[in-house]
Amino acid sequence: MAVNQSRPLQADVAAKQYSGLGYWWQRNQIKIVPYLYIAPFFILFAIFLAYPVLNSFWISFHKQQGISTPEFVGLSNYINLLADPRFKQSVINSTVYALGSLFLQIPLAFILAVVVHSWLVPWLNLKSFYRLAFFVPLLTSGVVVALMFGILYDYNSGLINSYLVSLFGEGAKIGWLRDPKVVKFSIILLLIWQFTGLNSLYFLAGLQNIPRELEEAAAMDGANAWTILFRITIPLLRPVILFVVITAINGSYQIFTQPYLLTGGGPRDQSISMVMYLYNTGFSYFNLGYASAIGYTLVLIVVTLALINLRFFGAFREDH
Amino acid sequence: MAVQTLSQPRKHARSTSKLRRQLFIVLTNLILMGAVFLTALPFLYMISASFKPQYEIFTFPVKLLPETFFPDNYTKLFTETLFTRWFLNTFIVAGGRTLLSLLLCMLAGFAFAKYEFPLKQQLFIFILASLTLPFEILLVPLYKMMVGLGWLNTYWVMIVPFAANAFGIFLARQYSLALPTELMEAARMDGANELSIFFRIALPNLKPAIAVLGIIFFNGAWNDFLWPLIVINDRVMYVINLALPTLRGPYGDQYGLVLAGAVLATLPVIIIFVTMQRYFIEGLMAGALKG
Repeated sequence: MAVNQSRPLQADVAAKQYSGLGYWWQRNQIKIVPYLYIAPFFILFAIFLAYPVLNSFWISFHKQQGISTPEFVGLSNYINLLADPRFKQSVINSTVYALGSLFLQIPLAFILAVVVHSWLVPWLNLKSFYRLAFFVPLLTSGVVVALMFGILYDYNSGLINSYLVSLFGEGAKIGWLRDPKVVKFSIILLLIWQFTGLNSLYFLAGLQNIPRELEEAAAMDGANAWTILFRITIPLLRPVILFVVITAINGSYQIFTQPYLLTGGGPRDQSISMVMYLYNTGFSYFNLGYASAIGYTLVLIVVTLALINLRFFGAFREDH
Repeated sequence: MAVQTLSQPRKHARSTSKLRRQLFIVLTNLILMGAVFLTALPFLYMISASFKPQYEIFTFPVKLLPETFFPDNYTKLFTETLFTRWFLNTFIVAGGRTLLSLLLCMLAGFAFAKYEFPLKQQLFIFILASLTLPFEILLVPLYKMMVGLGWLNTYWVMIVPFAANAFGIFLARQYSLALPTELMEAARMDGANELSIFFRIALPNLKPAIAVLGIIFFNGAWNDFLWPLIVINDRVMYVINLALPTLRGPYGDQYGLVLAGAVLATLPVIIIFVTMQRYFIEGLMAGALKG
């Protein structure tokens, strides 16, 4: 900041040094600089995040079709949602995705992490190889994953059905994306493929932070592997477990790309997710008020579940 | 795994348990290798199918390897579609968003870690709280804003709105906290002003943080789909993710083309990851452990 050059013609140099802008800046820069540093972030944050969050809430109480003038309708968007069968179906589907990650994906990721961390994989190189191999699907965009699984799941000529037929004959074909009873499971399977590695990585990070001596001491005292796992490892991992559970539930309720591209929400709305319904309402039918109400219902669900988790794990903590 | 056999005499028990341990190790690693194969299978299948002519992708039974090497999907992608342009668009968008986010997050994260100022804690908690909100609630108001600004179908619309990244500021602060304060004080004694302390002293020491955040931002922007889907409808301005599903054509029969594009779309991310995986994994782990 070349402020001292701002008044080169000033006669009294000493006066400038003690009363000029340069002197003021030198004395006060440490107070002002932090605000200058956070200002660019907060300006964008305020314009593109804080304001829209509030604006969205405001819109959700209005009827607005496209760019027409919003008309205040009170709670009627929310009341209409309660009676909307397609919305109900989307909540059910998103909840099933979340349950799938909670009861299938996270336990799998946990087992994977514990096994890779244990003596069952004694070679360091192999440990890091597994870590990488299971992690790579995460790098792939939802679009590419949906396209890949689109051909894997194809009814007539997909790799999976092709394999099933060669093993069990024509009757073994599964309508991965066309059978209403199967389609949610197909999406969950895809999510397991894509995200188990990431969650496993989080657990591994947590496991590496547990001092080995604790487990060794317990083993010396005659505790078996199961006791050590349930009495020492899992309680110490509680913060990581909480983080994984909250992010996984959050992520499951935000699924869009995979069902949108794989099934378009079908068959019979059995795979439509909440975000997909929001997208269709807002950007295919331009029913912006209703779409915002869906968004705020999503917030309500996600935040409530996060609070329940915090409460559950927090209460758990006080027992020990 | 319970490997103790307490009822047997000690010496005997030890030798059996050693054998059993080795058996467990072999068995476990076989299962893990199988899982690695299952993880890799969709990739292998995608790459293989991208080298197949259309009729071969959908013949039954499926072959994992193409019968003949068929690079036409790739040449067609560059000669008959706007793929080069889409690729360039994606680079501009992902690169632009990464640079802007890095600047914003490093500056602010550093300020939160190394300066004292009124409302510091409150502001930081305010940012962290925003992490719990699903970003989808922003879509409608942001879309309206973009229409108002006339930003639809521009690079700005894909770069600016998501540049203030709350997770980024959190990680930037974590890394900045580890900087020794003495370093800054020594420079201050020597008469360095605050700006040069940031650019000459803090940033060079924060290279790992820049790498971590850079990769996470770039990857996120590169793989973005929902936001471009809403704000871009001009084919020339498409990013790869938007373009890929449309490559199937009106009859959904050009799957080879789509898969060739998918392979190329995944390559940059994989290359970056392979060269900088240490930073990537470090950053994600920091998120879990300090979160």
